[in-house]
Amino acid sequence: MKKREPSGGLHFYTPDPEEATEQWLAEEGVSAGFPSPADDFKEVRISLDKTLIKNKEATFYARVDGESMIEAGLDDGDLLVIDRSLEPQDGKIAVCFIDGNFTVKRLKVTATEVMLMPENKNYKPILVTEDNELLIWGIVTFVVKAV
Amino acid sequence: MVDCNNFYASCERIFQPQLEGKPIAILSNNDGCVIARSNEAKALGLPMGAPAFKYKHFFKTHQVRVFSSNYPLYGDMSGRIMSVLKQFTPKVEVYSIDEAFLQFEGFDRYDLSQYGMDIKKRVRKWTGMPVSIGVAPSKALAKVANKIAKKFSDKTQGVYVIDSDEKRIKALKWTKIEDVWGIGNKHSKRLQLQNVHTAYDFTQLPDAWVRKEMSVVGLRLKKDLEGEATLLLEEGASSKKAIATTRSFDKNVTQLADLKERVSTFASLCAEKLRRQQSSCHLIYVFVRSNPFQKNQPQYRNGQMITLPFATHSSLRLSQSAVKVVEKLYRPGIQYKKAGVIVMGLVPSRERQLDLFSEENPKHDALMQAIDSVHKKYGRHKIKIANQNLRRTFAMKQAHLSPQYTTHIDDIIRIK
Repeated sequence: MKKREPSGGLHFYTPDPEEATEQWLAEEGVSAGFPSPADDFKEVRISLDKTLIKNKEATFYARVDGESMIEAGLDDGDLLVIDRSLEPQDGKIAVCFIDGNFTVKRLKVTATEVMLMPENKNYKPILVTEDNELLIWGIVTFVVKAV
Repeated sequence: MVDCNNFYASCERIFQPQLEGKPIAILSNNDGCVIARSNEAKALGLPMGAPAFKYKHFFKTHQVRVFSSNYPLYGDMSGRIMSVLKQFTPKVEVYSIDEAFLQFEGFDRYDLSQYGMDIKKRVRKWTGMPVSIGVAPSKALAKVANKIAKKFSDKTQGVYVIDSDEKRIKALKWTKIEDVWGIGNKHSKRLQLQNVHTAYDFTQLPDAWVRKEMSVVGLRLKKDLEGEATLLLEEGASSKKAIATTRSFDKNVTQLADLKERVSTFASLCAEKLRRQQSSCHLIYVFVRSNPFQKNQPQYRNGQMITLPFATHSSLRLSQSAVKVVEKLYRPGIQYKKAGVIVMGLVPSRERQLDLFSEENPKHDALMQAIDSVHKKYGRHKIKIANQNLRRTFAMKQAHLSPQYTTHIDDIIRIK
């Protein structure tokens, strides 16, 4: 999909036929009287894969288990889209592996320290020290949730 | 040559990073015997092919993490890695589930060592897989370079380039003759009797002797080791880890129906080869490509791997799967010059569940024919039903199976 310039706070999307994977089927029978006027508007279906996956080789999924990031909109049971190819940066939400456990937190990177910030006031930030074994596994790019 | 480090064990570690540095063993399907080990497990002296039930105590005392083989995961990770490699050059030969040859032309001005490092880093970052890379003017030498890269990873950081004759000779002197790519057991014993103990000794033999004793294939291997690339991409000795049937067509193929027919035949040939060596495969890779020398024609090359529901050496199943893949790969308007089928994830057939197509059955051929005619008469789904029923009757034993992290939505990792 190609994103057009934002207009009045809304983003408009136009399908890119080159990226098309799915096509509308013409469903009305051949022998039926008038052709459907909708036939002129056959378009390429929106593909969530195309929208959510920028780099398919490096994209993995995970499910949120717990509420430590609830204020960032990551609820228990939500599906995370993770792109491993992105560089970890200050302010990004990352899937980290620290001291034997997976955790999802917002990265806070300063000149002197790295912190893993929860977004729930009942949880404490984790200051990463030399004693911790930290692996930044991937960067969260989208959250998919059931409503 | 790009080779994944302890591929199966590394796949498990990507989703369980706490297993980094811990011994891991992967069992064959049905949890029969050990088919892959991490370096730590090798160091403990755990042999390849060790029967799992005999080593229960060993696993416990040495805290070896044991996994049933998870081919959906391994197949998907392999596919991701191969796709990343294709970003560096279109000329990628998938050699087995965890090895590929990359061909670079006109890269003389590049720092190949640095380029190799870039490849290694990208594969690691994007997929999590550690790889070793050997760079050399020929395939056989690239294999040797790869071994050095892996063996001396502290010094090489996993990338080794043979770009001078001194390096080549040093590498060949270090390589034992039995470890040379494509030199089988039989040949290595005979060569040892000739006082040939290293790859270097082999290159010192007269051409005439090599040709007489080891045919033209042996001679080409010798040339390859001398640094003269004689084994082309998609050629060369077959891997123990894969069986390939690839052919260039006499005439370009443009129709899907023709392409399907060829690929189906290649798949049957792979199945025959599997049955001959009493193996079955878990994965099938199919590729097609146009003729790169016909520069005026649109160029296309593509390949895809799929995981089979269970290990098989059935011509029927492999053909069907190969055809399914080629239907996906096919693009109209391309003149196809070559196609191939590679089967990987090989296991001994006796490890496999008994099925209709087992080698021991003397009625095998008649049965295949009978099934084919049923297939023709009553349509495809009849056979599918029989297969599915078979599968249900003989459920696999997979007590240590890890989740299908990348291919099953209920199996994705959970994160606090």
